[in-house]
Amino acid sequence: MKTFLTHLLIAGLLLTGGAAIATDVADISLLKYPEPAGEKCVEPAEKMRREHMDLIQHQRDETMHNGVRGITAKHSLKGCIDCHVGYDDQDKAVSINAEGQFCQSCHNYAAVSIDCFSCHRTTPDGENPMRKSAMTNPHQ
Amino acid sequence: MKPITYTQIEGKSTGYWALLGVLGAMILAGFSASMYMEHHGHHVTGMTNQIVWGMPHIFAVYLIVAASGALNVASIASVFSKKAYKPLAPLSALLSLALLAGGLAVLVLDLGRPDRLIIAMTELNLKSIFAWNQLLYNGFFVIVGIYVWMMLEKKMNKYTRIAGTAAFIWRLILTTGTGSIFGFLVARQAYDAAILAPMFIIMSFSAGLAIYILVLMAAYKWTGRELGDSVLRRLKNLLSVFVSAVLYFVLAYHLTNLYAAEHHSVEAFILLGSNGGGQYSAVFWWLQILLGSVVPLAILFTSLSKQRLMIGIASALVIIGGLAQMYVIIIGGQAFPLEVFPGMEVISSGFMDGVPAAYSASFPEIVLGFGMGFGVALIMVVIGVTVLRFLPQSLADEVVDPHYVAESAEAAA
Amino acid sequence: MSENMTDQSRRSFIKKAATGSAIATIAPGVVLYNVAQASRDPGEAVTDKVRWGMLIDANKCADGCTDCVTACHEENGVHQLGRPATDAQWIRKVTLRDKQTGKEYGIPMLCQHCEHPPCVDVCPTGASFKRADGIVLVDKHICIGCRYCMMACPYKARSFIHEDVTDQRDHAPRGKGTVESCTFCVHKVDAGEGTTACVEACTHNALIFGDLNDPDSEVSRELNNYPSRQLRADLRLNQGVRYRNI
Repeated sequence: MKTFLTHLLIAGLLLTGGAAIATDVADISLLKYPEPAGEKCVEPAEKMRREHMDLIQHQRDETMHNGVRGITAKHSLKGCIDCHVGYDDQDKAVSINAEGQFCQSCHNYAAVSIDCFSCHRTTPDGENPMRKSAMTNPHQ
Repeated sequence: MKPITYTQIEGKSTGYWALLGVLGAMILAGFSASMYMEHHGHHVTGMTNQIVWGMPHIFAVYLIVAASGALNVASIASVFSKKAYKPLAPLSALLSLALLAGGLAVLVLDLGRPDRLIIAMTELNLKSIFAWNQLLYNGFFVIVGIYVWMMLEKKMNKYTRIAGTAAFIWRLILTTGTGSIFGFLVARQAYDAAILAPMFIIMSFSAGLAIYILVLMAAYKWTGRELGDSVLRRLKNLLSVFVSAVLYFVLAYHLTNLYAAEHHSVEAFILLGSNGGGQYSAVFWWLQILLGSVVPLAILFTSLSKQRLMIGIASALVIIGGLAQMYVIIIGGQAFPLEVFPGMEVISSGFMDGVPAAYSASFPEIVLGFGMGFGVALIMVVIGVTVLRFLPQSLADEVVDPHYVAESAEAAA
Repeated sequence: MSENMTDQSRRSFIKKAATGSAIATIAPGVVLYNVAQASRDPGEAVTDKVRWGMLIDANKCADGCTDCVTACHEENGVHQLGRPATDAQWIRKVTLRDKQTGKEYGIPMLCQHCEHPPCVDVCPTGASFKRADGIVLVDKHICIGCRYCMMACPYKARSFIHEDVTDQRDHAPRGKGTVESCTFCVHKVDAGEGTTACVEACTHNALIFGDLNDPDSEVSRELNNYPSRQLRADLRLNQGVRYRNI
């Protein structure tokens, strides 16, 4: 049943601007959004681009119904936000669904609406563990 | 009896377009009201965390109940083989589909997340009476749709009885489901009663028929077609029986409750208006009982009902009475404080325990319920009778009354 | 901010203490029982070996104190907007009087986490559900906001979110148009803390949280040793929340 929704989403994606992504991935690099804080994503970027919604949705049910949280919740939305959130001049976290930010820039490009943030917060709650490591990262 | 000729209505007059315009405006207003509610959240309505279902539900549940009742006229013809009702059957089926669509539109647009309608269809918890109802509503569209086809397509006429019987059984189950939405609520004093299911069925009989009579009268008056007294006489007699039956169920419901000490306070709340139930007892006695039941019965049982206008007024009053009854059941039932602590008195609470919940219907709620509900239902009927042959060319006595024909045949012999 | 920090560090301390040993004594007389919870491997699904429950002692609940309410709403990001009829309330304080004797009691009311929850039965989409360990939750991903659960709940434990919500906590997503209620601080339970914000906040020891299936847990021992009551026991819902001295 749940996959039906996903298929609907994918159909929508293909019908709109999604076709462009499928054929020419380079286009996505034209999108502007903040650099992620971590060294690498939990999955290869290519996989994330195509399957992040399924991964997040699977994690959501695992967490909601089976109580799998924290370090064992590999594909948690919280993890996405901690790593991909951008910061403004005052060093304040910017909502990840704000214009020019990670989620919004690509979803806007693909013309797919996001329902996550009608309930989930859009910035790290309290101290961001990824931010800390990024700041102490000598490469930064 | 002459063969009945069904034809579309012409649908070209200024009045026709004006009617479509008014109904369209009602729908638009209802839709805007729902957008306003969705945008700002339900706090702009009269609904709260105590009265979680408000005005939209009164209209929605009423229309859904009336939908199954509107099918009765067709069932009398197809299932119980009463010839006089046969010409009335196609409109009856159309009206039932239209009323259900109107009710469901209101129900969906009042959801907290109407954008998730598809989830409501794909994720079903089969222990929920609400989930069953979704299947029952969708099934109703399919079965009554097939029934309409059997009636309108000459080649398929022989299956009308089978389809009609299936639709009749289905509508009984459907209204049982609607009544059980309330009947299964064990925690609330005003609900939790098996009688609610049959009571909703009988309420559907009277609501559906009252709307049917008004729609029929309007359709024939506005199109200049002939509508004989014999048809109206049968329908109004039937209506008086249905309205009486609803009163009987209301009496049985309250008597049962009055017998149990446990329910004395809720009965005093609704019937006497004690403990802050004033507005519900006022609606109950003045609108539901007096204006919506006693007055129409007085019209229908006396010679007053020889005038068509009076039959129309009686039908309109039955509709008002039915809506009032929904108000008392839905709002009154929620307003009565939950008995969370039996035997205890609540001195103070952070969430208004122990005191009746206040509710005043907000404008957008009423616009959504009335505009969307009746707008969608009636526009479907108007368009339906324009594009398909639902209405007999004439419902004059010599066309539809089997006894009329019998008499003249005897005279000839 | 500094308050937040203290809270955070205290929490991580408890977490460490709890994971360090199955039963951790954090203060004289205050014992954390984590036997069952600690045995759940990280990443493993919750099971019905555990059933979380709470005992509330009306005698100990102090008159006029609403610390549990404040703590709960703070912990879960439930902000009050000064509109009591539509504001969400996960836990509330109720003062009762016995109609016959005039004896007064104060108790907190929260989701009772029933074994047979009416809210779960009526939910059309299955959004209202009971976890294997007895915690009743709303899956807001599939909640359509029909509010039938609120009609069905005998305890008025559920709230509908009537307006836009911002600044949610990351462990407690909340959004307009969906229904919510007490989660037994499921994020703390899953982190192995074995307690809830309201219990931690109660300085009168009126609330005890623990595993009802473990005969050695404090809550089980208390329930075994002294009489307690379920609200609306006539409905046979077998609630996870029990009351004493009412």
